[in-house]
Amino acid sequence: MHKPYLSLSLVGKTFSRGAATTEVLRDVSLDVAQGEYVSIIGHSGCGKSTLLNIIAGLTEVSSGAVLLENREVTEPGPDRAVVFQNHSLLPWLTVYDNVKLAVDKLFRGTKSAGERHEWTMFSLELVHMGHAKDKRPAEISGGMKQRVGIARALAMEPKVLLLDEPFGALDALTRAHLQDQVMAIHARLGNTVIMITHDVDEAVLLSDRIVMMTNGPAATIGEILPVPLARPRQRVQLASDGAYLSCRAAVLRFLYERNRFVEAA
Amino acid sequence: MRTATSLAERPGMQADTGPAVAAAPATIVAFPSARPPIGAKLKSLLGFVAERLLPPAIVLLAVGVIWQLVCSEPGASLPPPSQILNDSWELIANPFYDRGGLDMGLFWHILASLKRVAIGYAFAAVVGVALGTLVGQSRLAMRGLDPLFQVLRTVPPLAWLPLSLAAFRDGQPSAVFVIFITSVWPIIINTAVGIRNIPQDYRNVARVLRLNPLEHFTRIMIPAASPYIFSGLRIGIGLSWLAIVAAEMLIGGVGIGFFIWDAWNSSLIGDIIVALVYVGIVGFCLDRLVALAAHVITHGTTSS
Repeated sequence: MHKPYLSLSLVGKTFSRGAATTEVLRDVSLDVAQGEYVSIIGHSGCGKSTLLNIIAGLTEVSSGAVLLENREVTEPGPDRAVVFQNHSLLPWLTVYDNVKLAVDKLFRGTKSAGERHEWTMFSLELVHMGHAKDKRPAEISGGMKQRVGIARALAMEPKVLLLDEPFGALDALTRAHLQDQVMAIHARLGNTVIMITHDVDEAVLLSDRIVMMTNGPAATIGEILPVPLARPRQRVQLASDGAYLSCRAAVLRFLYERNRFVEAA
Repeated sequence: MRTATSLAERPGMQADTGPAVAAAPATIVAFPSARPPIGAKLKSLLGFVAERLLPPAIVLLAVGVIWQLVCSEPGASLPPPSQILNDSWELIANPFYDRGGLDMGLFWHILASLKRVAIGYAFAAVVGVALGTLVGQSRLAMRGLDPLFQVLRTVPPLAWLPLSLAAFRDGQPSAVFVIFITSVWPIIINTAVGIRNIPQDYRNVARVLRLNPLEHFTRIMIPAASPYIFSGLRIGIGLSWLAIVAAEMLIGGVGIGFFIWDAWNSSLIGDIIVALVYVGIVGFCLDRLVALAAHVITHGTTSS
């Protein structure tokens, strides 16, 4: 058996403010294969965003380690591009310049100016945003902003694409449309993707495996559910598919029976 | 434009039909671009005059009439507008004359003052943004410098003048220094607030891209903080124009401040009032200039 592409071993994270310490994550271990689409699901406050930030290198681990291609992750980098929850496009740059900033930074030494322009446009076309390249973020809709955020991340040619509740702030129809686009891009480019979500249908539809987190504090992986559905997946057909429904039921059981969300007193 | 974006938001498979979709709204746009009749144009021009120009003109006229009535009595201490027009007509009509020495038109005095302001303010802008960035970025620098800034910024501009005269032993650099020290504080403080308020998201973007410190400063920090920086710059230009008149009164030489002082010594009250109008208009123009620069540079994200 070959070595895992991305590997988390016994990752723990403790935040301390003064004398008070909070253990957010304990002993999180996970192996992700190249090209795999893994979702992390759990109730709010279970530390799933912290886990993503640790993989991104934006947050340091307190114990354990994250290995990408057998090299320890210690700082953020473009090989682990993040699509942030609230898109975080730079409002003073146009759509094109937001992506171009990343392309220029990463490929200044390896691509010519013309090639960098081509690559920027290619990335925007992947999410069908080439037509709005000269608009500023304030002039486009929430769904379009998130698509540009995805284009910027894809333009970095990341080894792992990290999605932090990328569709959380969108309406249901826009969300479904974007999920289809992400599936199409994943099928075309074969990226390794880790996605944080709190949407059960989204997790089942998009993922190869679903990592279910227990409730915090000291959250860890409760269960990992493989999703044995053939790709490409069609949401309408899957709505009545037996395997889809049983996966969905398994996640729901985990979230609402065994790990009910407890309101903090 | 609204139509174009919402139509183009369709699923990916239809992206190939993009140009066709985009062409549709173009015909709609064509309608309003038809030239409006001359009558309507004239009407909107008249509307603008009635709405924006008429009210201040009426107020100005009313103030002038009241002033004229109040100051026309014999023994009034200030001259009425008619007398100012009469006495200082050369000053109003010809701002560009130069008879050597200090006997020159208001334009030259204003220009001399503007030069001092330009130098002092330019220094203040550079130093203010640099120090503000330092204080906004580093908690240690803030703890060390902020109390000092908070105390020094309350020192009135003219209080610096004797000290700077002692240090520079010359009027010209002292005046420039007073401008600098007056306008630097709001620039520092606003820049620091702007830098501190940069959303963590933008910093994360910079970290993921591994921007180096210089790139981080020019590509992320300065644009993200620019609305704050520009409001500091606007306050700064206003303060420096306030300070220059007072400083020049004491320093002498060519400059609008000394001109006013000189007119007072010669009992030319009319000249003083004309100079005040000039000072006000130039100050207003300076403020609008910085606001315009802010609008252009931040692409309209700052309100002016």
